[in-house]
Amino acid sequence: MNPFSSGTRLRDMIRAIRACKTAAEERAVVRKECASIRAAVSDNDNDYRHRNLAKLMFIHMLGYPTHFGQMECLKLIAAPGFPEKRIGYLGLMLLLDERQEVLMLVTNSLKQDLNHTNQYIVGLALCALGNISSAEMARDLAPEVERLLQFRDPNVRKKAALCSIRIIKKVPDLAENFVNPVASLLKEKHHGVLLTAIQLCADLCIVSEEALEYFRKKCTEGIVKVLKDAVNSPYAPEYDISGISDPFLQIRLLRILRILGHGDADASDFMNDVLAQVATKTESNKNAGNAILYECVETIMSIEDSGGLRVLAINILGRFLSNRDNNIRYVALNMLMKAISIDGQAVQRHRATILECVKDSDASIRKRALELVYLLVNESNVKPLTKELIDYLVVSDQDFKGDLTAKICSIVEKLSPEKIWYIDQMLKVLCEAGNYVKDEVWHALIVVITNSSNLHGYTVRSLYRAIQTSCDQEAVVRVAVWCIGEYGDLLVNNVGMLDIEEPITVTESDAIDVIEAAIKQHTSDLTTRAMCLMALLKLSSRFPSSSQRIKDIVNQSKGSLLLELQQRSIEFDSIIGKHQNLRSALVERMPVLDEASYSGRRGGSGVSTSGINNIPNGVVKIVDAPLVDLLDLGVDEPAPPPNSSSGPNFLHDLLGVGADISSSSPQSGGRNTMHGHKSGTDVLLDLLSSGSPPAPAPAPATQKSSSTSDLLSLTQLNNNNNNNKPSPSPSPFSGLDTLSSPLPTPGASPMMDLLDGFGPNPTTPPPPPKEEDNGRTYPPIVAFESGALSVMFNLSKQPGSPQITLIEAKFTNKSSQVYTDFVFQAAVPKFLQLHLEPASSNTLPGNASGSITQKLRVTNNQHGKKSVVMRIRISYKLNNKDMLEEGQISNFPRDL
Amino acid sequence: MIHFVLLISRQGKVRLTKWYSPYTQKERSKVIRELSGMILTRGPKLCNFVEWRGFKVVYKRYASLYFCMCINQEDNELEVLEIIHHYVEILDRYFGSVCELDLIFNFHKAYYILDEVLIAGELQESSKKTVARLVAAQDSLVEAAKEEANSISNIIAQATK
Repeated sequence: MNPFSSGTRLRDMIRAIRACKTAAEERAVVRKECASIRAAVSDNDNDYRHRNLAKLMFIHMLGYPTHFGQMECLKLIAAPGFPEKRIGYLGLMLLLDERQEVLMLVTNSLKQDLNHTNQYIVGLALCALGNISSAEMARDLAPEVERLLQFRDPNVRKKAALCSIRIIKKVPDLAENFVNPVASLLKEKHHGVLLTAIQLCADLCIVSEEALEYFRKKCTEGIVKVLKDAVNSPYAPEYDISGISDPFLQIRLLRILRILGHGDADASDFMNDVLAQVATKTESNKNAGNAILYECVETIMSIEDSGGLRVLAINILGRFLSNRDNNIRYVALNMLMKAISIDGQAVQRHRATILECVKDSDASIRKRALELVYLLVNESNVKPLTKELIDYLVVSDQDFKGDLTAKICSIVEKLSPEKIWYIDQMLKVLCEAGNYVKDEVWHALIVVITNSSNLHGYTVRSLYRAIQTSCDQEAVVRVAVWCIGEYGDLLVNNVGMLDIEEPITVTESDAIDVIEAAIKQHTSDLTTRAMCLMALLKLSSRFPSSSQRIKDIVNQSKGSLLLELQQRSIEFDSIIGKHQNLRSALVERMPVLDEASYSGRRGGSGVSTSGINNIPNGVVKIVDAPLVDLLDLGVDEPAPPPNSSSGPNFLHDLLGVGADISSSSPQSGGRNTMHGHKSGTDVLLDLLSSGSPPAPAPAPATQKSSSTSDLLSLTQLNNNNNNNKPSPSPSPFSGLDTLSSPLPTPGASPMMDLLDGFGPNPTTPPPPPKEEDNGRTYPPIVAFESGALSVMFNLSKQPGSPQITLIEAKFTNKSSQVYTDFVFQAAVPKFLQLHLEPASSNTLPGNASGSITQKLRVTNNQHGKKSVVMRIRISYKLNNKDMLEEGQISNFPRDL
Repeated sequence: MIHFVLLISRQGKVRLTKWYSPYTQKERSKVIRELSGMILTRGPKLCNFVEWRGFKVVYKRYASLYFCMCINQEDNELEVLEIIHHYVEILDRYFGSVCELDLIFNFHKAYYILDEVLIAGELQESSKKTVARLVAAQDSLVEAAKEEANSISNIIAQATK
């Protein structure tokens, strides 16, 4: 005998696993068992196969992988004896599911077993087929199952009936084959067969309209009679459950009657008597009886109208609702939801009880009751119901608040009789559960507020009060901040006082205090803070005398690590400080938001930011054009070669929207580190807002599309370009062409100091760098040269990081005039990352008498594969005239 | 329709799982984790239904074991409670006052019994007696096969002595 297979018995393995104190011990035991089972599997051990499979099933239940046992199931099923088959089929159902290919291999064994002479083996096969059959198997084996519906033993017939359910669910086309056999099964007396046949009948009706018609005509009478007999049957101990004869059968009979009676007056008429009998005669003190009554009520609700029965049903539900058993109350709430469409008035009578259920300690009941209340609300009772719900919101469980808030908001939005009520209720909800309110809810609130112009003053004053008490609810803070920003003047001047209001005195600085507190509160997230900044900008215009204080608060966010805040802060600071003439126009009162278009957009994706999108931002609009401009260098170049796709990849990259652009200007302060895709826009935005009033970009839109190919042709067409370009700089690339950049010969570059790079230092020649030392130097390159402007790059590497190149750019101006507002920008393809540090100055003196230096750091993510390349753009003012120079630098040493 | 049956111990250990709707192994363990988290934490007096992913899970606690069945929204919860009780009574009759240990060491028997109660997620027999009789008949088939095998091996053993 195989030494491995003589392992432990099943019982011993279970004991060993249960004796484990830690998960690690358990894993060790399971691993050992699995190893011996695998060994037995590979040895094709017959003696202990069934034991091994039983062990595997236990291991499977513990959650360990057992796929290697799947074939063992098939072998056991194929064995001739009943014990092997029994465990084999059990393993098949446990370890496999219908989506596994292995299952197809069992079809043949199943077919043989369905035709077996031993009825128990037939039963095993039917059970397995019923539980895990796939559509293919269902198709292949349907004829066998159909035949077994007439098998001599009732226990096989009932299994075949349930197996047929699986088959018609998988392959609805096969339904018609089963209709006739089922009709004869419905006449049987055996409860198991009857039970399963009725179930099959119900499922046939669902998949096939014809079957439904057939059963309605032929079987309604019979089924009604069976139910009558079941209800009136004498005590039968075999089927008795707490005094009721076979509730399972009665429930199924009621269910099939519901299907047959639904939408058919004749059939419904036929079953009225028996339904009334069930509804009145069934004992309701035990679960089984209630289960029948519950099913009966549902059937009464679904079949065609019969007034008397409905009253009976609603009364049963009323009894259920006042029952002390939670299960019964739960199903009552469930059923009342269905009853509401049939008899709304009757359900309304139970409103008080239902409202109590919302406050139940059981989460399942609360949830059901809340759904039901939601359906019960209408124009006439919305006010008291909402009040009840909001009152309960105050004391409800944390984990229920989310659901409750959503439902209240939805009720208020759907049914509010007037705007002031809507605003009041929403404020209450926001104060109590602002953190549970979804974004679109408070967005909608803002839309409503903007639309009710007579309530602006009232709303902003209410919000001012609300934020004093509920500053921990983010949604209140947001709405309040927005409204104070928008209607700050109404708040301070008490404009639009309503009679119901108590007057309050708010000074300008009180209003600003609120926003300052909100921006400083540590729980405020990015959106709230960004909204605060926007509100401050608006207030700087509404309260001109507090402008300086606002500017100070705005300035505090300049150093924020969050890009959005930093950007807003810098932009708004510049608007407040420099563009007072522009400011009031920029932050004018928002136009009334269109409710229809807003609600149309709800549910779409663009909802979450809509509150912010609508805020006028004077800078945003001009973003696109400069970006295009920056990338679109080939304005005057000749037509591109048609086959442009042959160009190198990085040029595509360079032009891609996601090009990594960085730039810096001395004025832009601390913000010049940007990576990633969105940086391009941000930088430009930043540049434009911090510098002079932005000049509209001259690049025509049509150029953008051709720029890719233009660029590709750039290298070949340099000379052409020189001739054609009528720019003040006659040949931007001439320097490039003529300059044969010397090969980076290590040690032969005394021009460059490794450490500070400030020009030649002949007295200390650098030590000859070793090959593996990455801290090497390169000869300086002339990166760009036009008429009077030249750009030198000093390149160096830090030891230990070969990917990073440090560049010191040095700009000199050989003309006699001074260049002011000098800004250098650079763009690199995606495989590079560029980091620019602030330039030493933004004024470049003439006659080469001085220079600007600026450090760049380029990280090459494809070091060794691709070499560095860069596009640059230099803008400056010459005699107050905007000048622009652009070029590409591709003469970097190859191994940067 | 019952989508699956779970038996979970008070400690969250799985004692029996039966899936009538297709769930991958990964989904199965996720379902078990989610549901044991939801059900084991519920208080004793609450209702026996939890709503879960658009389905309802009906559960009932017997001593240290939770019997859970997942059904559709429109199914009759009260009836499923009866089905659970029906199954438990049959187990009780079979093992003679069943306890958790019976179901651990004879888990396959619990499955055989369940297969006589449910197929394709539907009830197949409302008579406990019939189920008991069918299971007993199959058990005796197994016993008979075992004895036969033993006697054959005895004969072989004697013959080769």
